[in-house]
Amino acid sequence: MKKNIFAFCFLLFSTASLEVYAQQVEKSTFGTFALTNAAVETVTKGRLENATVIIRNGIIEAVGPDVPIPADAQVIDCKDLTIYPGMVDGGTRLGLQEIESISLTQDYDELGELTPEMDALTAVNPNSVLIPVTRVSGVTTVITYPSGGLFPGTAALINLQGYTPEQMYAGFKAIVINFPSSGRRGRYDKRSDEDIKKDGDKAVKKLNDTWERVRTYAAIDSATMGKAEYNPELYALVPVLRGEMTAFIEANKESDILAALKWIKEQKIKAVLTGVAEGWRVADSIALAGIPVITGPVMSMPTRDTDPYDQAYKNAGLMQKAGVKVALRTNEAENVRNLPFNAGFAAAHGMGRDEALKAVTIIPAEIFGVADKIGSIEVGKKANLFVATGDPFETSTAIKHLFIDGWNIPMESRQTLLYDEFLHRAPGVTPLPVPGKS
Amino acid sequence: MKHTIYILLLFSAFLMKAQAPIGDLIIRNGTVLTITKGALEETDILVQKGKITGLGKNLKAPAGIKEIDATGQYIMPGIIDAHSHIAIDAVNEATHPVTAEVKVGDAIDPFDLSIYRALAGGVTTSHAMHGSANAIGGQCQTIKHRYGVLDPSAFKFEGAARTIKFALGENPMRVHGEGRGVQPRTRMGVERVIRDAFQQGLIYKEKWTVYEADKKKNPNATPPLYNERNQTMADILDGKILIQCHSYRADEILMLLRVLKDFGVKKITFQHVNEGFKVAPELAAFGAMASVFSDWWAYKFEVYYSTAYNATILTRNGVVTSINSDSGELIRHLFHEAAKTQRYGDLSDDEALALITINPARQLGIDTKVGSIETGKDADLAIFSGHPLSIYAIPQVTIVDGIVRFDKAHDPADMRLYIDPEESTPTYYGQEDVDGCMRDTDFMFSHRH
Repeated sequence: MKKNIFAFCFLLFSTASLEVYAQQVEKSTFGTFALTNAAVETVTKGRLENATVIIRNGIIEAVGPDVPIPADAQVIDCKDLTIYPGMVDGGTRLGLQEIESISLTQDYDELGELTPEMDALTAVNPNSVLIPVTRVSGVTTVITYPSGGLFPGTAALINLQGYTPEQMYAGFKAIVINFPSSGRRGRYDKRSDEDIKKDGDKAVKKLNDTWERVRTYAAIDSATMGKAEYNPELYALVPVLRGEMTAFIEANKESDILAALKWIKEQKIKAVLTGVAEGWRVADSIALAGIPVITGPVMSMPTRDTDPYDQAYKNAGLMQKAGVKVALRTNEAENVRNLPFNAGFAAAHGMGRDEALKAVTIIPAEIFGVADKIGSIEVGKKANLFVATGDPFETSTAIKHLFIDGWNIPMESRQTLLYDEFLHRAPGVTPLPVPGKS
Repeated sequence: MKHTIYILLLFSAFLMKAQAPIGDLIIRNGTVLTITKGALEETDILVQKGKITGLGKNLKAPAGIKEIDATGQYIMPGIIDAHSHIAIDAVNEATHPVTAEVKVGDAIDPFDLSIYRALAGGVTTSHAMHGSANAIGGQCQTIKHRYGVLDPSAFKFEGAARTIKFALGENPMRVHGEGRGVQPRTRMGVERVIRDAFQQGLIYKEKWTVYEADKKKNPNATPPLYNERNQTMADILDGKILIQCHSYRADEILMLLRVLKDFGVKKITFQHVNEGFKVAPELAAFGAMASVFSDWWAYKFEVYYSTAYNATILTRNGVVTSINSDSGELIRHLFHEAAKTQRYGDLSDDEALALITINPARQLGIDTKVGSIETGKDADLAIFSGHPLSIYAIPQVTIVDGIVRFDKAHDPADMRLYIDPEESTPTYYGQEDVDGCMRDTDFMFSHRH
């Protein structure tokens, strides 16, 4: 009897351990593809019906209704299907986190307050099981960013394809700044009003002191023709100070957003506001400052008890309507695949479907300065696209084909493989072994 | 200060002996998603004294009755969340691996704003659960979302089955084995803790049986010492309490099935049960049910080998399955979570909606009262602007016992029932401030679920 249990457990265990290595069985393919008979949501140039998209050497070579099919092309019939540009998530921990509760699988939070030289691209794990799970939803490109501390590190834009960070890198990096936060944080914050103010002032002073050091370092660097004393932290911030590199400035509370806008103006830096949970309160100020925003997750709680239940759903749309350039993020790792659903909620709660689609395609591409390469279906752009049975924000829609950087990616992840294996398990049920009652 | 007001309010509510309010109304001309009997177009629903009394076209209604025009809208049964921690003041009595004697029903918080926010997502009933710190946690409480009623006891779902929380795997191992240095520190230990508790319940039950027999012969027979924990275990053995077991891995699910088989316990719903899909045939054969997340995974090691296709695989293997929230945020869009089974699998509209209506009702023993739109059932209803499985649908009106508890057309920003007079700096809530399974153990750990 006991032997049976062991045999049973062994069987379970051995099938389980096989899956660990079987995250992608099929291989991606590269070459010339003709996607025919498709509807195309170009995002920038309207919707085309019954059109063909030609992909050659990773680039969209032609788009339109009367495009000849090259002799060497592999034809993919897209009748009743729609082609969309790959979606872009403006803020994730993909590749930097495998399992949330296990710290040794987390590579996004280095020790220290001032670590801008920590480069997310260094630690991105191209073989993370989370990546195929994400991309089969049509999310092809994400910002992955370090967090924790005042200057947690350098974020990178990556395509969810490739076996090395170099193959994944999508041509944009930004320095992350967690703007000092004031105010009461959550239900367990029992500080007095006075202490809250003191802590807030102290944090702002720390930011300004650091920035003064960067200014001095940059001046010495200029004066010595790049021979300033070795200091990787300050050195990493010089391009931001000089306006050559973008800063992602995380600010969520109304007062913090306003303080961040003021700071950005004073320092004359190139910045993007991230988080911006209470952006709707100061949308006009953000629009006036002309600072783009990456906000989300849309599916969040209101930030205050006195807010309407759906305020977080409406936030992105309210900012966009006020004239702010708004991109979306999930701020997730394992469930970045929910980006289209976050966009769908933003769409339903005021943003509208077309603007929500832009907020996960062309807008982030523009914010990251890569709109010439991704974010829409246009000739000359990279073939980052997916083919769906309908609106990708609807859960009932299936994604049928996926191209990233021109690679035709198999629609597989460990989650689909588990489905294939276990929907009708073999062997099926066997009576439970019953050990003696104890 | 807060507590004094609280106690006064509770006391006055107690004096009034308020019964849960019930109402009359008629909903006109909507598409009615009955769940059990398909979709009915351009149909009216008549509600009297909190019950559904009519279902059909052009129903006659009593003069002066409240009328809701649902033309172009969809009406589904009020959504049921089989796993949540809203509306309660305490979640985990994390002081012993077995705390069968404590009751979540003793800690209902009628002021919790999460109740209103859940209503705004069409959720009328939730299963307020003890946390997952203990192998055998406390007894849970099924509640109706009667937000606005101040008597905590009026939230209790009349006639709902008694339920109790069990928990396997990492959480009890972490809290007790690692945190407190007592068994269980392994999944072997979890099995022993549960077996021992059942055995104690059995011994206790036998003592009382002997006493009841003695008493007939000897009026002065001494009864055994009353013990609430053992009595609760005895009630589980007698089939009076449904087990709701937090679980993840296939092996631990099979372990508990063996234990239950040994003790003759039949009624169990596995909660979370991320690897339920691996042992779906065993769950179906046992008659065990499953309440799962739509897509949560990889937040800890025991959920790394998960799949969002879990609900579909379980359903297709004949396991009664529900989708739950375990979160004050997610409870607000369970209709969307259920809809994900059409992305991850191929469930029909009725099958997907059953995951958040009739199936959780069966798991909580309330399926004769709620979970579908049928005459005679409670008038717990949710009206949506579009089909509730569409991402673009927005809940418009939520009704509990015939009373409108949420109406998007009349939805003030500030819906608090309790306002702290001492708070001056407004509190900002970040994403991390969402209730979860491990609340009240935060002093030990920082992880969720």
